[in-house]
Amino acid sequence: MCDSCNCGGNTPPTVTIQKTGPHSNHSSSRKIVVEQDILCKNNSQGENNRKFFQQQQILTLNLVSSPGSGKTSILERTVRDLHQELAISVIEGDQQTARDAERIQATGAPAIQINTGTGCHLDAEMIRRALPQLNPPPHSLLFIENVGNLVCPALFDLGEAAKVAIISVTEGEDKPQKYPHMFRAASICLINKIDLLPYLDFDLALCKELALQVNPALQFFEVSAKSGEGLGAWYQWLRHEFSHCHHH
Amino acid sequence: MHEMSIAMSIIDIALSEAEKAGAQTIDEIEVEVGQLAAVMLESLRFCLEAAAKGTLTETATFTLINIPGHGHCLACQRDVAITEFPAQCDVCQGFGVSITAGTELKIRSISINGDNNGREE
Repeated sequence: MCDSCNCGGNTPPTVTIQKTGPHSNHSSSRKIVVEQDILCKNNSQGENNRKFFQQQQILTLNLVSSPGSGKTSILERTVRDLHQELAISVIEGDQQTARDAERIQATGAPAIQINTGTGCHLDAEMIRRALPQLNPPPHSLLFIENVGNLVCPALFDLGEAAKVAIISVTEGEDKPQKYPHMFRAASICLINKIDLLPYLDFDLALCKELALQVNPALQFFEVSAKSGEGLGAWYQWLRHEFSHCHHH
Repeated sequence: MHEMSIAMSIIDIALSEAEKAGAQTIDEIEVEVGQLAAVMLESLRFCLEAAAKGTLTETATFTLINIPGHGHCLACQRDVAITEFPAQCDVCQGFGVSITAGTELKIRSISINGDNNGREE
């Protein structure tokens, strides 16, 4: 359905911004075919980042969710549980404050904070600039915690191996259908705070069904960063992906 | 609001193409926005107006062309119109649909004025 002009038709509208002014005379103009992807600059920097990660055998995961789903808590727990066996570093994205990077540093892992100011997403260039400062070692795991936002980060490739979407059972089951672009861009979905399920009406099966309609290939892990329940399967997946990225 | 990032990328690409072509003015910028590209035309239009200020694109006409969404149903092997996600086949009601059109986000062309002595078209 067209939501720009409520036309409801099969022919989406063409919106023209007509300017009047000294240069609005089209008589002598010539047309140059451009055919260029608008996101090409970010996409090519994303590809450069990806090549760097592959060369260094760094498994990079881009964590995306709405604010408050528990991204940072999952990361804190994951770092605490795995840092003896895997080198882990973290890039934290938020509009303001270095609180999340400080939380990760308290677990013993190197972390760097990117503040986007008014920006609503991380982009590939921000990651490129952060990498020399963070200096993640070869053969390591790098988590990028994106700005809490289920809309904009879907469009911006950072060079990650996969996007991991996190939802919590205190949100609505229909969130994957409300924000379909993010759940299509993600290949992994962590459903967090399952320790709260006995106190909520959240329908886990329905949530998964709605998410699979949006992205039939989505793989789920049901976890609680608080109780630790379900994290074992998530860690197994991380170990598997980590060893897989070494064979490239 | 990612529409501002997208608007700024559009202006950057248009300015760079215009400079390459030796443009003195830009009359029109044609932009393809797929119906499934997660970009709101109204919002993009607003951002383009703001991002164009003070540049050669300020007096240009931005033509935003909405490309309809299409997909191929993997179950019944039909091409179906897809207007939103989840992508559902309107024949078999299945969700296994591979998107074939509607995710476009690109600059199709710019129309410029300016001397092009010795420059290729």
